Amino acid sequence: MGIRERLSGNEASAIAMKQINPDVVAAFPITPSTEIPQYFSSFVSNGLVDTEFVAVESEHSAMSACIGAEAAGARAMTATSSNGLSFMWEMIYIASSSRLPIVMSLVNRAVSGPLNIHNDHSDAMGVRDAGWIMLFSENNQEAYDNLIMAHRIAEHKDVLLPLMVCQDGFITSHSIENIELIEDEKVKDFVGTYHPEHYLLNDKEPISVGPMDLQAFLAEHKYQQAVAMRNAKKVILDVAADFEKMTGRKYSFFEEYRLEDADIAIVCMNSTAGTTKDVVDSLREKGIKAGLLKVRVFRPFPAEEIAKALSGLKAIAVLDKADSLNAAGGALFTDLTSAMYTNSVSVPTLSYIYGIGGRDTTSKDIESVYTDLQEVVKSNHIENPYRHLGVRGLN
Amino acid sequence: MAYNLKEVMTKPDRFTSGHRMCAGCGAPPVARMVLRAVKPEDHVVVSNATGCMEVSTCMYPYTAWTDSYIHTAFENAASTCSGAEAAYRSMKKQGKLPADKDTKFITFGGDGGTYDIGLQALSGAMERGHDMVYVCYDNGAYMNTGIQRSSATPKFADTTTTPAGSVIPGKAQCRKDLTSIMVSHHIPYVAQTLCMTNFKDLYEKAEKAIYTPGPAFLNVMAPCPRGWGYPTEMLMQINKLAADTCYWPLYEVVDGHYKINYKPAKKLPVEEFLKPQKRFKHMFQPGNEWMIEEFQRIVDERWQQLLDLEKLTNEEQA
Repeated sequence: MGIRERLSGNEASAIAMKQINPDVVAAFPITPSTEIPQYFSSFVSNGLVDTEFVAVESEHSAMSACIGAEAAGARAMTATSSNGLSFMWEMIYIASSSRLPIVMSLVNRAVSGPLNIHNDHSDAMGVRDAGWIMLFSENNQEAYDNLIMAHRIAEHKDVLLPLMVCQDGFITSHSIENIELIEDEKVKDFVGTYHPEHYLLNDKEPISVGPMDLQAFLAEHKYQQAVAMRNAKKVILDVAADFEKMTGRKYSFFEEYRLEDADIAIVCMNSTAGTTKDVVDSLREKGIKAGLLKVRVFRPFPAEEIAKALSGLKAIAVLDKADSLNAAGGALFTDLTSAMYTNSVSVPTLSYIYGIGGRDTTSKDIESVYTDLQEVVKSNHIENPYRHLGVRGLN
Repeated sequence: MAYNLKEVMTKPDRFTSGHRMCAGCGAPPVARMVLRAVKPEDHVVVSNATGCMEVSTCMYPYTAWTDSYIHTAFENAASTCSGAEAAYRSMKKQGKLPADKDTKFITFGGDGGTYDIGLQALSGAMERGHDMVYVCYDNGAYMNTGIQRSSATPKFADTTTTPAGSVIPGKAQCRKDLTSIMVSHHIPYVAQTLCMTNFKDLYEKAEKAIYTPGPAFLNVMAPCPRGWGYPTEMLMQINKLAADTCYWPLYEVVDGHYKINYKPAKKLPVEEFLKPQKRFKHMFQPGNEWMIEEFQRIVDERWQQLLDLEKLTNEEQA
């Protein structure tokens, strides 16, 4: 069962792309995602894939070429980070509104400025309302598994939305960990071939993509995107069920770690969940009922399900690896508190901005959050719900 | 086979009437004629930059294009096209498309989307060698947003961001020579043309561009009645004057060899081209003669350069 390997997150992602064998990959190098197109280029040069690799002159053109390719009827993929995604921003919206199931590997890195090459989630958060499905990955295994599941979700006729698989820059992308790969043939069968209903290269049915779309129609077209995003929820679970049958690895909207009987919990995404699990275990040994909810599917946001999963808690801390600079709290925090409110769940909740620009988040930092939560439970009072973790000169 | 307008006109229109471009606009004849140069049995994917042509020809749920068409944004028509072309090569190679059917890739962009905001995407796509044609319809300003200057706007032209005022007499800078920049990409085919003499020059260049393997670039002057200020019925005369004054030379560059396709028997003074256009009106006020002289000097210099290049690149090796 499976192939045991030791790979970095970038290598694992490139191998997933090789197994998917897309028709077109268009990418531009940017740290820390550069290795993905680099590894992939070697697959192209050595004839291991059928892909046309388009070595574009910018990320804007990378996404534009992916749009052109996907609209033409191809499976198109790309990888980027940080400012690369920012530079694509205009095209990110156009990809989703054109209903093109492009798949991207996003290796999360701080968006300038000032310039920083290390991990946080400010790149992903900048496109959270752009109509892309966004899956987050704790480690190399999840980055790989999410990519294998990506096309089945994105290309589903009820969805037809682009999808990005996020992983933490350097922390995950460059760390070599054990991984279980799936056999090539199994991946091929699982992913299947792409048969778009309408595409530019079909000379028997010429189509127009990206027309001028004014007051009379845009509202309906945007509504269709909203419906597609809602539809994605069921498809994500269905694909995860099939994936579990193939690999035994279980995926859902989020992972609950020792959450069932917990009093206090942290909600976070990507690699910090690993550190948090470790802290939860040590707190449990001390009799503290700590838990974790790790969000995998950030878009569509599983509002009802998250609210329900958190409803039995006494206090929650949401860790955002990007500041929304809205004087109110991080993006995951505001989404989550809004989800709880609309689902009549009332639990005291704190927002922590942490790990900005690759600042290490240690077990000690995570422990301090659980200590704060214990205080909140004890005092039944929140002084300041919008907090910053690990920033010097505070307190 | 010799060019025959009557015969060309019997081919079905691939760019149809009913679009919303202005009367007297130079761009629709360019699109129509370029597409006429495609063999009837071939399919086309048109990529269109945001601009007048795009907003007027493909307004949901209508389209003037009978081929497949994609518009994504302003600055990236070339990269969008390059992606579609890469998809074609990949899928054809894998047997995912019919082997006996050819698709051609043609991009249309105005000078704003080509000389300025789209220059990087254009340069990238041409350098990468995609089998595609980029057609710039150059009307010398951002006409879609209301006649703002571009790097293709000629010196002294009155635009809404270079208004001819009492201190500054219109655009202060010369126009960028994009065709030369494209020649410097050393791609198989680069040409400059406009609509005149029964569209012969445009048609033949479009045909060469489309059926020369690899990237090709066509720079086609396309007057704008609103931005240039000429009566709509004068479109074809304005085109002819641009060629006869050598303001817009018709030439092509194949494998580094320049060929000037039209040398006016009598090169007209540039006033002839400037006079019918309101954007140059201030140049004809008393005291502003120096502007016309300066304009003439620029036209003469560039024409001479072209003549020299033609000679230089066609000389027999000693």
